[in-house]
Amino acid sequence: MNYFELFAIAQGFEVNLVELKHKYLELQRAVHPDKFANASERERLLAVQKAAQINDAFDVLKASDTRAQYLLELAGIELAHETQTLKDPMFLMQQMELREALEDITSASDPEQALISFQDEISGFIKEINGQFVELFAKNDQMSLGKAADLVRKLKFMLKLADEALRIEEKVFAF
Amino acid sequence: MALLQISEPGQSSAPHQRRLAAGIDLGTTNSLVASVRSGEATTLKDKQGFDSLPSIVHYSNLGIEVGRHAREHAISDATNTIVSVKRFMGRTLSDVQATSAELPYNLSATENGLINIETRAGKVNPIQVSSEILRPLVALASDTLGGELDGVVITVPAYFDDAQRQGTKDAAELLGVKVFRLLNEPTAAAIAYGLDHDDEGVIAVYDLGGGTFDISILRLNKGVFEVLATGGDSALGGDDFDEALAQWIYAQAGYNGEHSPALQREISHLACQTKERLSQQDTCELSLHLPCGSHWQGEISREEFSQIIAPLVKRTIMACRRAVRDAGIDNSEVQQVVMVGGSTRVPCVREQVSNYFERELLTSIDPDKVVALGAAIQADILAGNKPDSDILLLDVLPLSLGLETMGGLTEKVIPRNTTIPVAKAQEFTTFKDSQTAMALHILQGERELVEDCRSLARFELRGIPPMAAGAAHIRVTFQVDADGLLSVSAMEKSSGVQAAIEVKPSFGLTDGEVASMIKDSMTYARDDMDARMLAEEKVEASRVLEGLVSAINDDGHLLNEEQLKPIKHAMMELEQAVQNGELSTIKQAIAACDEASQDFAALRMDQSIRNALSGQSVDDI
Repeated sequence: MNYFELFAIAQGFEVNLVELKHKYLELQRAVHPDKFANASERERLLAVQKAAQINDAFDVLKASDTRAQYLLELAGIELAHETQTLKDPMFLMQQMELREALEDITSASDPEQALISFQDEISGFIKEINGQFVELFAKNDQMSLGKAADLVRKLKFMLKLADEALRIEEKVFAF
Repeated sequence: MALLQISEPGQSSAPHQRRLAAGIDLGTTNSLVASVRSGEATTLKDKQGFDSLPSIVHYSNLGIEVGRHAREHAISDATNTIVSVKRFMGRTLSDVQATSAELPYNLSATENGLINIETRAGKVNPIQVSSEILRPLVALASDTLGGELDGVVITVPAYFDDAQRQGTKDAAELLGVKVFRLLNEPTAAAIAYGLDHDDEGVIAVYDLGGGTFDISILRLNKGVFEVLATGGDSALGGDDFDEALAQWIYAQAGYNGEHSPALQREISHLACQTKERLSQQDTCELSLHLPCGSHWQGEISREEFSQIIAPLVKRTIMACRRAVRDAGIDNSEVQQVVMVGGSTRVPCVREQVSNYFERELLTSIDPDKVVALGAAIQADILAGNKPDSDILLLDVLPLSLGLETMGGLTEKVIPRNTTIPVAKAQEFTTFKDSQTAMALHILQGERELVEDCRSLARFELRGIPPMAAGAAHIRVTFQVDADGLLSVSAMEKSSGVQAAIEVKPSFGLTDGEVASMIKDSMTYARDDMDARMLAEEKVEASRVLEGLVSAINDDGHLLNEEQLKPIKHAMMELEQAVQNGELSTIKQAIAACDEASQDFAALRMDQSIRNALSGQSVDDI
């Protein structure tokens, strides 16, 4: 049973997060080891394993990058623990520029505004990548899937930037 | 008219018979036991009418005393009277020596770092001492509820790491008591107030006890309790209020003479009494006989007392501020503030906390009992006495789990705040040709360097099939159960060989140590080890049988007659074995039942997963 089947949702990049969370809690209510406090050792162990699997499935499906990665994995393209790096000089150049922009935020004349426009820019990129992923993934041929894998690598870069921007937000709005 | 149910001969009847369960607050200063009776959680009182047991154990030639009797020896026989043993749980000797100033005990360390305390009755470790504290509490619960307990819930501080949690569980298991669950103390307090019925919100739990202060920030989201941050001061509590007041009394009385132990004790007692009175009244009269023969009389107002303890209270507020910041929230997001611990009765404490969070505080439940009451409610649910309860406590891992890598660095395998239970696999390969063994070092903590994290265990993987360097793929799976306890398994992927793991817990107990401790506790109790093991195995057998009977009643349709046969056969054998009363046969029969019902259990689990999601669509949400 793959994670989408486990949650009884359609296998695809688009996931209704509210539905996902709701189903997650229903599943945990059914298998959580606390429900088996009186059961035999074997059933308790089984419950721990199931509950752990459901936690893992939820973690994978709830974030766009891990979800995309998982879809590729189901299609036979393994991205986890990979050593292959992104070979896209344009993208890497853009990353360096974005990184510099991020570092300059705290010293900007209006840091709050600078941060907001930076975050908007990043979420724009993320939306774009997600859209491209859905298209390529639907084509389902080896070449498109390979390109889709590159998009997931790019998505990870962008999400990391978004994460760092959040950390700067704490500083900026603390003034 | 309801039909009378008749069960098959020999099979246990009344599957919905009420199970006996209790919640235990195993505290640093005091411990309590509580249980749900007639639908209400109450603490249980001993024959003298006390419901709190001082967490003190006294070892002498005559035997072991616990609680009030032990406390009488705290000064006269300090070396053999173990106070606040919770501070030693899962710690190394050097940890304890670094944090506690002068301890009156003769301490030593075992080979793997566990603390041993040399007493007149021999060496004891913190797990054994804790188990002595649990013993009268468990007995009190059995006596009050009228039978052997089916299981208990024991509370632990939210920040307790794997070694401390494991030690707490081991302490109960030494007594042969089944631990349903280790529950975080702040979560227990929140449950006692019924906050788990709220849909979502952020809860602060302010816990000021006799000698420790803890602040926890929890997030509740549709039945999921998540610990966002914890903080506090392990050397700050109500005793410090007494000490500050005692200094004031010395100054007011103008006494410059010798501070004899007797005088110290009298003044401490007076200070404690005065503190308690000032929670009820605005002023309090003081009277003291001084050694020089003179008599001093004075008066203190609540206002004056508040000023004396103000710097101490301020320290707790600073810790609250840090915890709120660590939680990544604003203090206006905190919707409920739960007060725990006797020292939160002090009006000035309540005032300051209420000011800081800008909220009314939850104080309606006795702050000394609230944790035990919450544990009792959870124990009742876990025992299966409340089948309709839909509370789901999803705890998170309090501290990251990681592995030592090259250069003394740690690599995180499971980050903190991951919802548990969790299983994560990590792959390793060999470094040399024909390498057949590998050493792993597991750590817990947030820091980069190995030396800054807590060493949990060292593992040796043996039996790796000899291959060229880098060819073997060893998959190590780390599993953390709902109590936050870790177990590890390993397997070589290409050959499918299960690598043998030799566990050397850094601060926990090896199986050998557990066995010898059980034997020791038998000697003390003058009990017969075989008899106890037989009794425990019989209980386990009836648990297994009862479970299978109700499983077959509910889900027998999942199997055909042919598939049911071996299960029923194994059950009959087990019943026979119980009647014959021979330990090893019962053990074998339980294992056989387990084996026969393995597929059935898996089918049932899959069915409950399908049922959980059946008939649901997006529209229902």
